[in-house]
Order: sequence, then C-alpha cells, then structure tokens
Amino acid sequence: MRTMRCYLALEDGTVFAGESFGAEGTSAGEVVFNTAMSGYQEILTDPSYCGQIVTMTSPLIGNYGVNLEDVEAAKLHLSGFVVKELARRHSSYRASGSLHEYLHAAGVVGISGVDTRALTRRLRDRGSLRGVISTEMSDPAVLVGKARASAQMEGRNLVEAVMPRNETRIESAGGSAKFRVVAVDCGIKQNILRELAQLGCEVRVVPPTTSAERILESRPHGLLLGNGPGDPATVGEAIATMQSLIGRLPIFGICLGHQLLALALGAKTYKLKFGHHGANHPVQNVDTGRVEITSQNHGFAVDVPSLQAVGGRVTHVNLYDKSLEGFAHADQRVFAVQYHPEAAPGPHDSQYLFEQFVGMLGD
Amino acid sequence: MPKREDIHNILVIGSGPIVIGQGCEFDYSGTQACKALRAEGYRVVLLNSNPATIMTDPETADRTYVEPITPHFVQRILQLEKDRGQPIDALLPTLGGQTGLNCAMETHELGILAEYGVEMIGASPETIAKAEDRTLFKQAMQRIGLDLPKSGTAHNMDEARAIIADIGLPCCIRPAYTLGGEGGGFVSTMDAFVDIAARGLARSRIGEILIEESLYGWKEFELEVIRDCNDNVVIICSIENMDPMGVHTGDSITVAPAQTLTDREYQRMRDSAKAVMREIGVTCGGSNVQFAVDPRTGRQCIIEMNPRVSRSSALASKATGYPIAKVAAKLAVGYSLDEIPNDITRTTPASFEPTIDYCVVKIPRWTFEKFPDADETLTTQMKSVGEAMAIGRTFKEAFQKCIRSMEIQRAGFGLDRNDRWLTSAHERFAEGQADAYRTLRIREEVADEAIMLGSRQGEAPADVDESTATHWPIDRAALRQKLSTPCQGRPYYIRYAFKMGWTIEQVHELTQIDPWFLDQMQQLVEFEAELLEHAPQVVAAATHGGVGVGTDLLRKSEMLGYSATQIALALRTQIGRTDQIEPRDDDGAFRMVDTCAAEFEAATPYYYSTHEAPTMRVEDGRVVNGVEHEIRLKAEPHVVVLGGGPNRIGQGIEFDYCCVHAAMEARRLGYRTVMINSNPETVSTDYDTSDVLFFEPLTHEDVLRVLRNIVAQAPLRGVIVQFGGQTPLNLAEALKAAGAPIIGTPPESIHLSEDRDEFTKLLSELGLLQPESGTARSVEQAHDIAERLGFPVLIRPSYVLGGRAMELCNNHEDLDRYVRRAFAATDRVSAGMNAPPPVLIDKFLLDATEIDVDAVADFSRPGDTKGDCVVCGIMEHIEHAGIHSGDSTCAIPPHSLSAEKVRELERQAQLLARGIGVRGLMNVQFAIAEGKPYVLEVNPRASRTVPFVSKATGVPWAKVATSVMLGRSLRDVLWDYGVGRRPRPTMTAIKAPVFPFKKFHGVDAVLGPEMRSTGEVMGIDESFGLAFAKAAMATGLSLPMSGNALVSVNDPDKPRVLPIARELKEMGFKLFATVGTHLALKTAGIPSVVVSKQAGAPEGFLLDLINHGVLDLLINTPIHYGASWEEGRWRAAATARHLPLITTIAGAQAAVAAIREMKARGANRALGVRALQDYGAGLR
Repeated sequence: MRTMRCYLALEDGTVFAGESFGAEGTSAGEVVFNTAMSGYQEILTDPSYCGQIVTMTSPLIGNYGVNLEDVEAAKLHLSGFVVKELARRHSSYRASGSLHEYLHAAGVVGISGVDTRALTRRLRDRGSLRGVISTEMSDPAVLVGKARASAQMEGRNLVEAVMPRNETRIESAGGSAKFRVVAVDCGIKQNILRELAQLGCEVRVVPPTTSAERILESRPHGLLLGNGPGDPATVGEAIATMQSLIGRLPIFGICLGHQLLALALGAKTYKLKFGHHGANHPVQNVDTGRVEITSQNHGFAVDVPSLQAVGGRVTHVNLYDKSLEGFAHADQRVFAVQYHPEAAPGPHDSQYLFEQFVGMLGD
Repeated sequence: MPKREDIHNILVIGSGPIVIGQGCEFDYSGTQACKALRAEGYRVVLLNSNPATIMTDPETADRTYVEPITPHFVQRILQLEKDRGQPIDALLPTLGGQTGLNCAMETHELGILAEYGVEMIGASPETIAKAEDRTLFKQAMQRIGLDLPKSGTAHNMDEARAIIADIGLPCCIRPAYTLGGEGGGFVSTMDAFVDIAARGLARSRIGEILIEESLYGWKEFELEVIRDCNDNVVIICSIENMDPMGVHTGDSITVAPAQTLTDREYQRMRDSAKAVMREIGVTCGGSNVQFAVDPRTGRQCIIEMNPRVSRSSALASKATGYPIAKVAAKLAVGYSLDEIPNDITRTTPASFEPTIDYCVVKIPRWTFEKFPDADETLTTQMKSVGEAMAIGRTFKEAFQKCIRSMEIQRAGFGLDRNDRWLTSAHERFAEGQADAYRTLRIREEVADEAIMLGSRQGEAPADVDESTATHWPIDRAALRQKLSTPCQGRPYYIRYAFKMGWTIEQVHELTQIDPWFLDQMQQLVEFEAELLEHAPQVVAAATHGGVGVGTDLLRKSEMLGYSATQIALALRTQIGRTDQIEPRDDDGAFRMVDTCAAEFEAATPYYYSTHEAPTMRVEDGRVVNGVEHEIRLKAEPHVVVLGGGPNRIGQGIEFDYCCVHAAMEARRLGYRTVMINSNPETVSTDYDTSDVLFFEPLTHEDVLRVLRNIVAQAPLRGVIVQFGGQTPLNLAEALKAAGAPIIGTPPESIHLSEDRDEFTKLLSELGLLQPESGTARSVEQAHDIAERLGFPVLIRPSYVLGGRAMELCNNHEDLDRYVRRAFAATDRVSAGMNAPPPVLIDKFLLDATEIDVDAVADFSRPGDTKGDCVVCGIMEHIEHAGIHSGDSTCAIPPHSLSAEKVRELERQAQLLARGIGVRGLMNVQFAIAEGKPYVLEVNPRASRTVPFVSKATGVPWAKVATSVMLGRSLRDVLWDYGVGRRPRPTMTAIKAPVFPFKKFHGVDAVLGPEMRSTGEVMGIDESFGLAFAKAAMATGLSLPMSGNALVSVNDPDKPRVLPIARELKEMGFKLFATVGTHLALKTAGIPSVVVSKQAGAPEGFLLDLINHGVLDLLINTPIHYGASWEEGRWRAAATARHLPLITTIAGAQAAVAAIREMKARGANRALGVRALQDYGAGLR
C-alpha cells in the first residue's frame, strides 16, 4: 500500500497531518470520537454515523481486518475515518480483507498517523466540531475554511440519505414466527433485526416515510423504531406517524427512535456537547438499580423535564453525566432507550430489552 | 447497597515472602485494600510474614501481625483479638495471593473460623473451592455450557495413566492448589509424562493433578472482572499474551488491551467471563478469567479463573488506572459499584469499563544468570521473578520502552551493544563494504567468522544460552531451535530471523506467535534498514536540524520507541543534542492514564511519555506547530524519587518500600512528590503514592526527559536516587552531570565508598581494618594479587547488584574462570562508562561472623565535623561470612556479640559515615574474625535490610533518612518520630530468606556469595530460638520436633557438627550419617546409621532416603557445588520434596536451638503472637 499525505482540518483552526488510507479525495463532516476498543467494522457500517467523521480513540486499528459477518448495513455512510495507527497486516481467521481495501472499495476517506488523543481532547473541551479530510488540499488555511463552510449537524436531516426506498422482510430464526413486528428503518443496524428474528419475530422493515395506515396494514404485534443519523427534530414525517401510532400497539424505540418517540409525545431534544460514542458507558436501570455497560452512539439527547411533563417516566440514566438513557410511557405501551441494546459493537448487558419488548407483544 | 454495619474487625491475610509466582503485587493490592477498609471505618487486623512490605507498616493496619501465615497463627490472632475485646468478625482472604487464599481455606477447613464466628468476605469457601478445585471447576463450566479442553483429574499414577490413554499426547499437567503452576508442565513423551505427573501429585496440596488436552500454540487471553452484590459485572481490562499457550502467563510477554480479537469474539469472551463469575459465585470482588482461543477456528476454551486479586489484576490496575483491589475491598463490605467513585476522574462512578487509548506491554524479568544449571525453557511453570510494564501509543513504542525498562543491557529491540547483526554490519562497513547494512539481510549464506562482541556484558543477559549464536549470520538450525523453544531471548532471535530474510509465516510456524505481533516486529526491522540506508542524512539532521528525510526518520524513530542510544549506536555517532536538564521544544509528549480515553477530564496525574507528530493551528492566517502536552504541575517545589525498576534477585520489594517511604516523607514536609518507575507490581506505582507518577523506563535518557518536563513547569528541589537500589544509583552520576540536583549523599561520596583504592586510603586514615585486598584490571594482575594474599580469595566486580558474579576461589584455576566472568558482569556499561571497571580481590576471612549495620547520618561532605550519625540496627548473620548477606539469616539484636563489641561496631559505623560524608542511609558490612572487626563493604544508600530494621526497631528509618536528605538535621527528625539516641529493641527479630530452588528443577540448593533468594520473612519473639523457629516456619520450613535427621558434612565442619548431632540425639532424633561423618560421630561416641552416597551399596542410599520421605531433616555442608555433583543432586531432591535442608553449621546450630526451645515449650502450641503496634509501644 502506497502512502499519501492526508490532512484533517477542524473548524477551530486545528490541522492534523497524516497518511491516507481507504479512498482518496476530500470529505467533510462532524468530527466525533468513539472510545470502543474493538468493533471498528460495526462502527463503520453503522448508518447513524452518516455525515460524521469518526475518530477511534483506540490507537491501533485494523488489526483483525474486516470480515463478511460483522456488518451493520449494506453500505458505509460515514464521511471519514481517523486513526492513530492503521495495521499494516491484519490477523484473524475470519478476515476477508484489510481495512484499507474495505474503505477504498466503499469510497470512504481515512487518515492515519493522527494524534487522536489531542483531537479527542479538543472535541471534549470545545464540543463536536466540523472537519474535513483531504488528500487533495494541503494548505492549512484552505482546509480550515473548507471545514467552516461545511454543514452544521444541528437541523440536519440525514435520515433521508440512509433510509431504504422499499420495504423488506426478515424471517424469524428457526421456523414459524410467533410475532409480526414492523421495524422503521431510519438507518437501522442489522443486529436489531437479528435480535428480533432470534426471538421469533418476523420483521417487516419499512422506510420512515411509511404512513401509519400502511404500517398497520400487516396487523403487526409491535413496532420497533430504530437508530439513525442526524438531528431528530428534523424528521417531522416520522414523528407525525408515531403520534398517530402511539397507544395503538407496543412500540420500542432505540437511539434516534428513542428521540423520535419522545418528540412524538411532545418532549424536546437537544444537542450534547460531544455526544456519547463508545462501548463502556454505565447506565443504571432505575427500576432494578442494576448497572448495564452499554454501547452508545448519539449526539442528541431527550430533555428530561419536558418528557416528564408529558407523562414519560425515566427508566434508565447515564451514570456518567446523568443524561436520559431510557423512558417508558406505561399507558401508551411505549418504551425506549437512547443506547444500543443490540450492541454490535459493545457488551450484551442490555439484550433483555428485546425480550421485554417481545414479552409485550402477546398482550 | 451501603456498607455493612454488622462487621467491624476484619482480618486481612497477606501473601508472605516474595517468591516466584507471588511478587510484590500483593503488597500493592493489600495495602490499597487495607487503606480502603480503614477509610470506611473498619478496624483492620493484618497477618503477613513479610517485613519488607508497606502493608506491614504499623500505620497501614490497626493491628499488624508479622507472623507465619498458617492456620495456627490465624487462630492465635483470633484468640488474642477476642481476649483484647475486639473480636474479629470477618476474614478477607482474596488479597494475599494463593498463600493467603490457601491459609484461609485451611483455617476454614479446620473449623477455626466457625469456632470464632468469623465470616469469610470477598469470596466464600464454596466459591474458592469451586474455582480452585479442578474437578468442581470443570463441572461448573460444563453446567453453564462453556467449552473446556478435554481433561481428566488424577490422584495417583494409575488414574493418570488411564486418563492419558484417553486424551493422548501431547498434553498439559496442572497440579491443584500450587503457586505459579509449580510442578506442572507440557509433555509430549510418555517418560516425561510419568515424571511430571508424579512431581505434580507430590506438589499439590491436595495431591491432585489435572491432565489436559494440549492447547499448545493457541492464543491466550485474560479478562479482569469485577462483580458486586447487585450482580453488576464489569470487565476492567483484557490482556492478550503474545506468547501462545504453553508459556505461563506470568512468563509471557503480555499486551493490554487485547489486540487481535474482533468485537464479536471479545463480547463472547466477556459473556463467558460474566457467566463464570455467576456460576462460581463471586458475589463481591475481582477475579481473573483466562481463555485460550484456537487461531484457526476461533474456538474459545476457558482455562482457569482466580477468585482473588492477582498479578494480572495488579497489571490491569496499572494499565488502566482502575484500582481493582481498592474497589474489590469496598465491594467485600457491601458496596455496589455505582456507589464507589472513580478516583481518576472523580466525577464518574466505578461501575464502568475503562477504555484506554494507548498500548501496554509487560515483559517478565528472569534471573537465569543466577542459576546456571536451570533450564531456561519457558513452560507452564512460572520462572520469572519480576516484570516491567511500559506504556506507549503504539505496540512498537511500548514494546521498545518495555525492553529498555528490563535492565538486561538492551536499549530496545536491537541496535544496541548486544546486537550481533549490528556489530557484524559495522565490521563489514569498516572493511569497506559500503552496502553492508543492506546486503546483510539477504546474504545469509556468506561464511562469516566474525565473532560478536560484548554480548555477555550486563547484570542479566537477555539470553543466557548464547553459545549457539555468537556468529553472524546465525546458523539456521540454531535459529530454528531458538525460535521454536520459548525462552527469554526469543524476541531477539525473531529479529535476527527477519534480518536473515525469514518470512512472518516461517517465524509464525516456529513460534506460534500471532502474525500481527510478528509484523509489528518486522516493521521495526524494516525501519532499521531504512534508517541505515539514509545514515548520512540522519546524522546531518541530528546535527543541524532542518527538514528532509533525515529529520523525518529521526522523528519516526522516536515514534517507534527507539532510544537515542540505539540511534547513536546504529549510526556510530553521538547525535548532537545537549544532554542537559533544560526544557526544550522537541521533547516528546507526555500523556495521561485516565481510564476513559480522554472522554472526561482526569484528576490524577499519572503519565507516560510518547512521541506524536505536531499538530498545526491556523491562527489569524499564520500556522503554528506544536505537540500537545498534558503535564500540569503545581508551582511548589518538587522532589523526584527514582524507583527500582523490575523486581529481580538482589533488588526487590525492599527498595520499593524505601521509595514509597521517601515519597510519603517528602510529602509530609510539604513538597510535591514525583515517582518514576516501571514496575507495575509495586506500591510505588500506585497512583496515589506520590503526587505525580511517571510510568517510564529507568534509563538516563527517559529519566532526563521527565526531569526536563518537570523543570519546565515547577522548581525541582531534588532527585532521590539512593532508595531504589542499584538502578537509580547507576544513573546518579550522569544525571548530576546533566544538571539534576541529586540530594542526599553526593555522588563523590558514593564514589569514595565504591572506589577500592580511595576507600582503602580512607579506612587507614580512620584506623579501621579491612581484609587484605587488591584491585585487578587484568586477569594476570588477579593471579598476582591472589598469590600475594593467599587462597581462599573472594572476587567481585564493582558496581553490581546482589553479589552478581561474586565468587570464592580456592585455587588459580577457579580464579581464572571467575575473574573473566567478573569483568563481563559489571553494570556500568549502561551508565555510559567505557573501560570495564576493575575487579576486586579480597583475602577471605575464614570462620568470621558477619554483621550488617544500617545507619542514618546528616553529614554534608567527607570528613564533615558538623552532623551526626545514628545506628538504626546491628544485624548479626547466622551464617558465616562468605554467604551473600541477602541470603543470610540474621538477627536483631546480635545474639552472640558482647555489649562492648556492639559499641565498637557503632563507633566504627559512625566514623565511616563521617569519613565518607553520608547524608541519608548507609549500610556497613563487617566481618569479625579472631575478635577483630573488619570492614567488608560500605554502601551509602538504603540497603535491603532497611524495612526489616524499621519493623524490628519500630522506627521508619527510610523516612528519617528522607527528611535528612531534604536538609533537616537528624536530631530534629528523630525528635519528630519520638526516637531516642539509641533505639534498643526488646525482642529478637530474625530475618530469613526464601529461595526459588524448587522452581528450578535439579538446581543445587546451596548458599554462596552470589545472592539467590527472592524474598524474606521476619520471625519475632522473646528469644532467639523462638524467633528463629517462627522465621523458619514463615519460609515454609517446618522444623521437625522428632524423627530422622541425616548429617553429612565436609571435613572442616566435622568437629563442629558433633555438639549439634549430640543434641539432636538427646532430643530423640534418630541420626543417619554418610560414611565420613558417621566415623567422626562414632569416634565422639554418637551412634548413627551409616548411609551410602552411591546407589547399590549395602547401606541405604541417601537419595532413596530423601525420595522415599524417610528423612525429616538434612544437614549437609557442601564439599562441591552444583548439579554435576552427587551432593548437589541430594540437595536438589531435598528441596523438591520440601525436606528441611540446612547447608551451614551455623544454620544447624540455630535450628537446633530453635527445636530445643520449642520442645521445652511444648512444640508450637507455645508460639504466641503479638502485634507490631505492641512492640512499637515497648520501644518508645
């Protein structure tokens, strides 16, 4: 692999020089950091990173290559990938290729050799910043200008960019389905669907533009509103659809789905300073007192007082910053979590939520 | 849940002496836990026999019992505390390693805990049994559906044979309940199987071995797991062993976090670990769970779990910043994880999983050079005595930093004085082969007889068995053998293989090391070629700066972890940097260990150095470059303490103890304290021991970089080098030359004590005696000197650790061999001196009594008339001079010296302190021969006896010394600590060493001038005999009260052994003796059964008596040393069977005295206990 100079510039004037990997070119996005120590392939294929340049705080990336299974979506949607050191040689019995080849084929620009800790500290102190990665430009001032000219995340609807155009159907694992579930795909991770299928659900995956009537057509036992990218407040159509569905069937929201349900109930969302992206955040289940180590990936959060004002009950709290991680609306058979019980990557501590959801479907 | 209010007094059991498999990590975790429990308001009662620990400091626990770790003493403690009105209600067994756990279990099994109503907290007996008992563990794992290697459990050889018939060879044998896998191993032949199975059965506490399917070559991983009473489980750290299965994890190079697992595989492992915790029933504490992964299929097998803190948990704590022992202690008293704050961030709870943004490498430290007969092949039985850890942003950087932390005369991964490839390349280059560096890699077939230079220099060569590979290119067969046998030198041979053009696949096939790691090493090898190809440009860049390929390569070399020493050696030039302690711009970056990969601001300053490319900032159209620095120091004056690096024989926990005390005392005086050390097992590298911690190699270059970064922000009051053993002492001169303020005894005074000629001059000025001696700079000179002095003579290299290469010579032949070794053994090459220092030759004093004196003084320069010196303790050795002082058993107060003699020794020590100009601690070794004291050696620094003396006298001498070094007068400091002019202990304290002989199969267990003990214990009681008995017990040696004693001594000892034999006889022992000794006994009228030294004789064969367990005591003073002699083999056999073995007459006298006193008191029922706090009260 030949190396080529590459730059990462931030809107605050910081420029990192490094080496290019993956695709060549120029790409802008909101720069975020992820603190997970494994699972870069799942992160790369998570559609929620659409519009973002992802920095791994773990310094040695690409060690086990990429494989055909650890994939969360058919396409890569992120704007760029930043690492400290890219493995020259990968090693894993499951590997089907290198990370470099993978990003190259997917057209994602990557930069290695970056002081990712310095970058992370900057993002922590100043909040998420827009940035640009380029193999084509080297003038720092030009690069910074380009970063400043890129789109803001707040107010940005990225669901449109990642949502499917058509409906698909996923069979339940191991024969006849016990339940029918509709999953609204705003950029949903495949592992959410795998989890449902494992628990005996036949899943109809629909775009978020699908009407409530159309969703109810197949007489589903429940509805799952999955993760996705961008500012939740901009996904008005889906919020409206949810408003008409709440109370009519059990609904489970995950991540963006959590935010959309809160908005549908009348609560508010806000942008976090630098978001939660990682696989080690402790979340306390308010009902049991137990702590789950969770997989996280979100830049927005639900405002608790506004949620409580509309009858939402806090069920899960982030022990790091006390932000909302889950709520329920018992009357309306709605519950949701901000984090990722499907993990991928991350711990399986919260897998019980899928069982909880499926448990509601018989009612 | 809040803490438990139903328990108040908690007994904590420590791990006893430092042995292979149980190092000072348990002092670290035990100390942390004791502090945590007391902070919660519990009263902590401690049992630990190791006086060199911080844990046994009287202020660490409320009641400190330095007694043997056995159920008997636990019972005595429970009784005494009950009698005192504060009965113990809980026992925390999970902090004292296998020793603590075993003792707790035995106490439980004897019903003692139930009798006193004591509850085991942290881990219940059922949990411990389930985790430790192979059969129960296997059943438990099968219940939860986890994959295990095929295996069977045997209690005798018939069962063992039946199992192996089913499993097939090769297989692995693991004895139940042993330390560091002792007695186990991999076997591939039936003969070896029978041999090791029998040994394992004998070693196991419950006579049980596990025979397992061989997972040789599988990848090995460990998870450090914590679970609380609410069933919250968190993984603190994952650790990947670079060496595959087959090498004990304590002997493996390990890396954190795991590098070659996908998230899916890692989460599967994590789920398994959680399931294990639940099934085994660890409800409130930490555990270590080990896995093997088949690299071809991903199959994961569980190997074992330890329901306690461990060496790995100490490593995980240091690697992540998460204090596992502290948290585990709080969980044991009822807290849940979310109720405990994370000390590093202070704003987040302990119920999270640390995420790290660096790479941690640990390399074990072996001491095979001390045991030339030992097999250095690494197996499932641990052989290393210590370890170093390094942190870098990449594996390559951490790996090289860790290698140079080891102090094995390696400056990194190659490009040093011991690099045979580089030496050869330089020679070829000098011969005019301009392309030498490039072509060497491919021209492996070239016959080249150039002998490699200097590869045997150093305290510990990285590879003991170098004879097969002294030429470049290395013989292919030899290299193949080196790669396929796990041993300490293997990484360097991997490098040579790459240099010779071998592929990663070839090396992988032989080593089974994951190709990812091999590629990391190959990248370094390739970089060397690149560097040397551009040597002129690099030299130019180093001299003049500028931009271009030279500058790029220099920067890259730093980022890859190369030291300037390596680069300079490779380029054969001093690269032009001022070596001064002044801040400079291009000085690398220091990064913080913060548990959270910078996601949150961290409060605890715990740093490592790294190198990063500068970041650009566009400000008002201008571009500014800079590397981010994270060090934040307060403006107050800082005191830096240099630690001792990895534990090894001769430099271990005793020095860490002193460093910790130095930091505590400097802090008490209002200074900000900074610790620099690379040893993850220690209290000194705990994040709250000092104000700032730098986890760095202790080399001149690395230390100087830290100092430069300190002076950039804060005043540097001084650097303390005299507490960490030889390591920091070797750095003192060069650091001082670089402008660092070395405090305490100045380097010129140190020089005065170390330079033989100057020292001799000083002694004659002071009117003190010294054994006749000479200084040899060549082998010929050595012979002349020996001729003049007359044999026997003692030879020793200067500036070495633990008597390295020190030998007693009886003739010219021995002298010749040993002098050559001594010239090669000095440590100073690493400190930048070129000519090898001289070898010292002393007349050996026969039958002399050896005395150690520790003192503190506050003189400012040699001959200073102001100032004072206080003798801390006078230790009389039980063994005669000639046995290394670190290996001798010694007593405070002296048991055979008159008061007048003691005063004379004090006077001489004080004269010496003044003459040398000691400021701080000093240790003097005297030998008393024919009534006259001779000065053998003076070391103006902390000696390894300081903690023992402190415990025996109740005065924290290292703290006293620190205050003095920081400028206070001795008188004032003694006043602070309420110490009179002459502390006089009222009890007898005995320090006894422990040896690793039984880990090295077949090695002769005899004492000599070279130190070989790994740790020590203290026995303390009213009389010499009782204290000695306790000390012996604490080393694991139970002196017999009756039975069969065998006596076999050399001719000079024959008259001396008579009273010993007579007394044994009188006490009811049945005596056995070898022919010569038998005759001597017979002449003196002492009957004994004669035994033969050879097999097949009509009399009983000595080795059979040992192996059949007939003997209860063996007294054998050596004629010959080493495994090649019959007597060496007896001693090795006795050691292997735990038969009490005594190899000196003095030791036998002491043992007999102890047996006599114990019998008089009704055996060990008489041995009582007393807390250090009570002794302390008696002293003041």
